[in-house]
Amino acid sequence: MAQLSLHNLVKNYDETPAVRGIDLEIADKEFVVLVGPSGCGKSTTLRMIAGLEDITAGDIRIGDDVVNDVPPKDRNIAMVFQNYALYPHMTVYENMSFGLRLRKFPKDEIAVRVENAARILAITELLQRKPKQLSGGQRQRVAMGRAIVRDPKVFLFDEPLSNLDAKLRVQMRTEIKRVHQKVRTTTVYVTHDQIEAMTLADRVVVMNDGRIEQVGTPNDLYHSPATKFVASFIGSPAMNFVPCTLEEVGGALRVRLDGDIAFPVPQDRTQRYRAHIGKPSLLFGLRPEHIMEQRPHLEANQHPFEVELDVTEPMGMETMVFFVLNGAEICGRVNPNAGAQAGARMNLVADLANMHLIDDVSGLVL
Amino acid sequence: MKQGTATLPLKRPQSMKSSRRWALIWSYVFLVLFAVFFLMPPIYMLITSLKGSGEISAVTNPWWVYYPTLENYTALLGSSTYMTFFRNSALVASIVVAVTMMISIPAAFALSRMKFWGSATLATGVFLTYLVPDTLLFIPLFKIFAWVREYTGIELINHWWALIIIYPTLTVPFATWILIAYFASIPKELDEAALIDGAGYIQMLTRIFIPVALPGIIAATIFAFTVAWSQFLYPLAFTTSADQLVLPVGIVTTLIKGDVYNWGQIMTGALLGAAPPLLIYAFLMDYYIAGLTAGATKG
Repeated sequence: MAQLSLHNLVKNYDETPAVRGIDLEIADKEFVVLVGPSGCGKSTTLRMIAGLEDITAGDIRIGDDVVNDVPPKDRNIAMVFQNYALYPHMTVYENMSFGLRLRKFPKDEIAVRVENAARILAITELLQRKPKQLSGGQRQRVAMGRAIVRDPKVFLFDEPLSNLDAKLRVQMRTEIKRVHQKVRTTTVYVTHDQIEAMTLADRVVVMNDGRIEQVGTPNDLYHSPATKFVASFIGSPAMNFVPCTLEEVGGALRVRLDGDIAFPVPQDRTQRYRAHIGKPSLLFGLRPEHIMEQRPHLEANQHPFEVELDVTEPMGMETMVFFVLNGAEICGRVNPNAGAQAGARMNLVADLANMHLIDDVSGLVL
Repeated sequence: MKQGTATLPLKRPQSMKSSRRWALIWSYVFLVLFAVFFLMPPIYMLITSLKGSGEISAVTNPWWVYYPTLENYTALLGSSTYMTFFRNSALVASIVVAVTMMISIPAAFALSRMKFWGSATLATGVFLTYLVPDTLLFIPLFKIFAWVREYTGIELINHWWALIIIYPTLTVPFATWILIAYFASIPKELDEAALIDGAGYIQMLTRIFIPVALPGIIAATIFAFTVAWSQFLYPLAFTTSADQLVLPVGIVTTLIKGDVYNWGQIMTGALLGAAPPLLIYAFLMDYYIAGLTAGATKG
């Protein structure tokens, strides 16, 4: 059993706060990804869990023990670094067994553990090589192997895929997921890549400016972001935001984007939004995938509108269209056969079941 | 002016191949010049060492041996005083290397990795110590030796082993400085990985830092050995009896008698004395290759 809990965790570098009070409960065997822009405190949080940084205030518990002042080697954790950090003078076998040898494990048990880990990672034939004879992907596997053999309570990953090229990154992402399904250890994974976060995590923790913005399953974050930051950070291309006003017409609510275009708010949100009628600084948020080409039959809450396209970007399976609404650049995803052309007018459909209303002052999704 | 017409006469672009050839030619010219310049003294030593004293004083071509003889070599190698100098030098140099490494490696590790209050200042201080010319230090050292005798009764003057105490003041700062730079180039994540793997500071030093920094340690070793072996001023000042002398001082003081210079043996002695550093360098050269950290991290 190795649940991990952070309680009001704070880290200041001199006077500069890096982490401003984090509360997080991570269940046994859970895969949690900390994601956020650089400088958001995610790596610092991970390093505090590892014991590589002192904590300024708060508590870290691994299992039932408070480990605030426990040195890294006694926390029973393993970490995979961004730049692999393999010992260059040791073979792969020696690299993987180093931790066990320091802990005076019997030789035959070390051999069994290393071979098991090597088999899981498909690096059995590399065991006698030196790190410099390995490719980036192989080094990353060895770094993971070094973590696995220790059979730790918690795995920590610090942007492990950032140094790989795009293709290999996708491959290793799947690999990490596969390994976690086999090894089933509580994992904390840090990345700045929201796609990595979404694909790997049981739960994603979005961090910004030393605080947690939102914790949730990938689908939660995607469909119900709590803040504008999360809404814009999760999803690619990012969610569109248009300044709008909320008005009431005959008991129904509408968001007015500019003089011509106003969308009806879905019935089930009327209660939720009613208090914000007439408020300034409201933003209408809609993801590109919820702006489509006109279709013969509109479903509930789908609303047509017409715009002049500025730019189109054919991607093969879809075409991205860009246009301006109320001063904001908007992106939509249409069928490549829909005949989108830059400079031409086009009929589009907004799927308002997936709309968001955001208070731009507080940054909260309403 | 019409667009697209160049007004300057087009110079035929020099091909990569020919510019590379010229770069190589100039490199060789200067390398040969340097090699000739620096090899002339040792070659002169070699030639002179093979001459008898008659041929040396005769007016002949100084760059040619007409009657080669090994008499200088047999005389020196058979002389117990010369062998004593050699033994003293070898003992002093190897013990100084050992002492230097035992101080420098932990010092450099502490200064580069265990961030503590004042560690950066201390690291700079170590280097500044090295910049103090040793000629300025031997009078204060004399004074210190006198105090030591006064308060402890231990006589340090005119003992070859006293040099083992003095030389590290020259070798330790520079060796530490080299090693600080080398340790600093070892990625921080390597220590962190070792920490998490369960290593303490001592294990981190012995099992990660020393093997990884071996090229740097070898460079520092070569440096310390060369300094200790070729030191002239201090042994000249602090040792006087023939049985306490080291090689460079011994050759000069015993082979020059008044105004009689035994050139043949001086040259032979110097040549033989230059051999150990050369051998050590040749032996360690195999290890003295950079890039041992390759593969630790993404390049």
